[in-house]
Amino acid sequence: MIALVGVSCRQSSDSATTVKFWALGNEGELVRQLIPEFERTNPGIHVIVQQIPWTAAHEKLLTAVAGESTPDVCQIGNTWVPEFAVLNSLEPLDPFVRRSPDFRREDFFEGVLKMNVIDSTLYGIPWYVDTRVIYYRRDLLREAGYSEPPRTWEGVLKLCDVMQQNAKAKGIQQYPFFLPTNEWVPAIVLGMQSGGKFLKDNNTHGNFSGTQFRAAFELLAKFYHKEYSPSGMQLITNLYDSFSDGLIALYITGPWNIGEFSRRIPSRLQNEWMTAPLPSMDSISPGISLPLGTSLIVFRQSRRKEAAWKLVEFLTSREQSIAFYRITGNLPPRRSAWEDTSLARNKYIQAFYKQLQRVDPLPQIAEWEQVVIKLQLYVEYIATNTLSVDEALRKFDSEVDQMLEKRKWLAERNRKP
Amino acid sequence: MVGGKKQKTMSRRAGMRSYDNHTAAAWLFLAPSLTAIAIFFVIPVLSALVMSFTDFDIYAVGNLNVVRFMGFRNYTRIFETPLFWKALRNTFYFVLVGGPLSVAVSLGTALMVNSKLARFKPFYRTVYFLPVVTSLVAVAVVWRYLYHPAHGLLNLALSYFGVAPIDWLGNPDIAMPAIVVLAVWKNFGYNMLIFIAGLQNIPEDLYEAAHIDGAGGWRQFVDITIPMLAPTTVFVVMITIIGYFQLFAEPYIMTEGGPMNATMSVVLMMYEQGFRWWNMGFAAAIAFVLFAVILIFSILQLIIQRRLQQ
Repeated sequence: MIALVGVSCRQSSDSATTVKFWALGNEGELVRQLIPEFERTNPGIHVIVQQIPWTAAHEKLLTAVAGESTPDVCQIGNTWVPEFAVLNSLEPLDPFVRRSPDFRREDFFEGVLKMNVIDSTLYGIPWYVDTRVIYYRRDLLREAGYSEPPRTWEGVLKLCDVMQQNAKAKGIQQYPFFLPTNEWVPAIVLGMQSGGKFLKDNNTHGNFSGTQFRAAFELLAKFYHKEYSPSGMQLITNLYDSFSDGLIALYITGPWNIGEFSRRIPSRLQNEWMTAPLPSMDSISPGISLPLGTSLIVFRQSRRKEAAWKLVEFLTSREQSIAFYRITGNLPPRRSAWEDTSLARNKYIQAFYKQLQRVDPLPQIAEWEQVVIKLQLYVEYIATNTLSVDEALRKFDSEVDQMLEKRKWLAERNRKP
Repeated sequence: MVGGKKQKTMSRRAGMRSYDNHTAAAWLFLAPSLTAIAIFFVIPVLSALVMSFTDFDIYAVGNLNVVRFMGFRNYTRIFETPLFWKALRNTFYFVLVGGPLSVAVSLGTALMVNSKLARFKPFYRTVYFLPVVTSLVAVAVVWRYLYHPAHGLLNLALSYFGVAPIDWLGNPDIAMPAIVVLAVWKNFGYNMLIFIAGLQNIPEDLYEAAHIDGAGGWRQFVDITIPMLAPTTVFVVMITIIGYFQLFAEPYIMTEGGPMNATMSVVLMMYEQGFRWWNMGFAAAIAFVLFAVILIFSILQLIIQRRLQQ
């Protein structure tokens, strides 16, 4: 077996092109299983996969760009696309896509694909998708008289109230809906749902103190002030234990937790947890969620772009995204892949499919990560009542303005003749 | 006479020549390390200084033409940023509370371990030194369990005295003291070893003489141990304070600067600005402000020490 691998390696490196592919975290390990099939169908192309840990990925990629030592193909979080586009380091993929018979734009989840388009140029192809849904304890909701989470946030508040009363009557400690103060996701999701544009003036100023986002923040504050959610992070050191103990009953999170919940929730409760799409602030269900996930990109400096594109095309095809789902549990970016029985059979991912029909792109600016990390601090401020919602959002806007100052300067400079 | 004079000048010349030879040889021997220091220390520090007067950021990595010369605006912006003042206050708190506490604990344990009454000295020395060599990440994980508000050992122990549970790392007023306790526990062993070395250098006959003169233990400590230990103490205090000003790893791992920036330190803020957001110019300016603070403190300390010696 080893001898065989040795022979095949030698053969392919003899003949021609070697494509360097950086993949992140666990995927970097598991994607290797798909490569032999690619090399078989594309003789003459040899792929070297390098695994980069998630925690170091962002820094390492920026350094690689600065030091001109980028690989040919790379997996990146789709919220990083604007940053690397600013660095002028990504190859536009439109010419490749036009020639590709397999690439059908409408087959991809729209909101997720949009995350890869900047100024109408396509820079990345979604590899797997990620959105946020609710994980909940069926038994605890049943006790409160609900078979599934309510469709609206008004309803969720009522549910929390009932659960809190029940818990008090029983004399147990419970925070029905866990909204961590060190996560920006709930605040941004509510902001999207309230129809707020986060930034204004062509993304050069914060717009968080506008009426729409304020409504979202006020709703979020209610969860903390009524103690439906703990207003600090120290009480819940282990999410899975807290969920199993019934200290919390609902939680917004992503697809990777399907695996974690299956492993970590005790077997007596395995039938008592479920996923559901997000509640909404309007009458349409589900409510808007996030269009996250990772994309495959080709670096501009690559000297083997044709071969690099072949690998991207292969890995994002319907067949391979199904194969990848089977190995990793990562959700395919193509609707057609979801018809496959291996996905249709998994009851936990159905909520994700419904949710993916309604995801909206986030603002595509290089500073976005900085903005949302700062937002967490303000979530903490209102959760602990240190600042009122109005004060918090006004202060936050002025901080965002400062972060976007360079952007504003560049925009003004470009406008000048 | 004449010949003697001549001889003298000649020998002086020869001395000069050998001096020249010596210097040349010295430079030659020093060249490798000086080159290394220049490349890896002097040049980066100077570039950082230049950078601190620009707005070097992620846009500049992509296109060097968009770097703007900022003059002192990065520096003025630092002083206008409330977070910097908060970080500086937190850092001072850490230095002024943690520093003396750490020195006191090290001195106390050094005295105990060095005492004639103590048994198993090597054992205790090792035990007290263990935290210093343990990885901070591992230590932080364990301490997070100790500090846990609901299941932590610390709160369990306090509950026997009727103290209500304390949210050690979650309460903005308590998080910094909690970090101080961890840091003191983690670091005191190192200073303890230096103190032990200092204590062992004090001649035993001083104590014997004092004993004959009828001085008790406390009197011996105040009049012999403390003065004789003064140089060691100055060194320890200096190193501790410089080290504590650079507080980073403890809050980075335990609290990420939270809750509500209560444990945000100057270095942690610099790290976030520089390596997380690539605001390199601004981060470089923070570094130089911190350098100035440490420099002022070290000079003050030297002045005070001189005064005391006079």
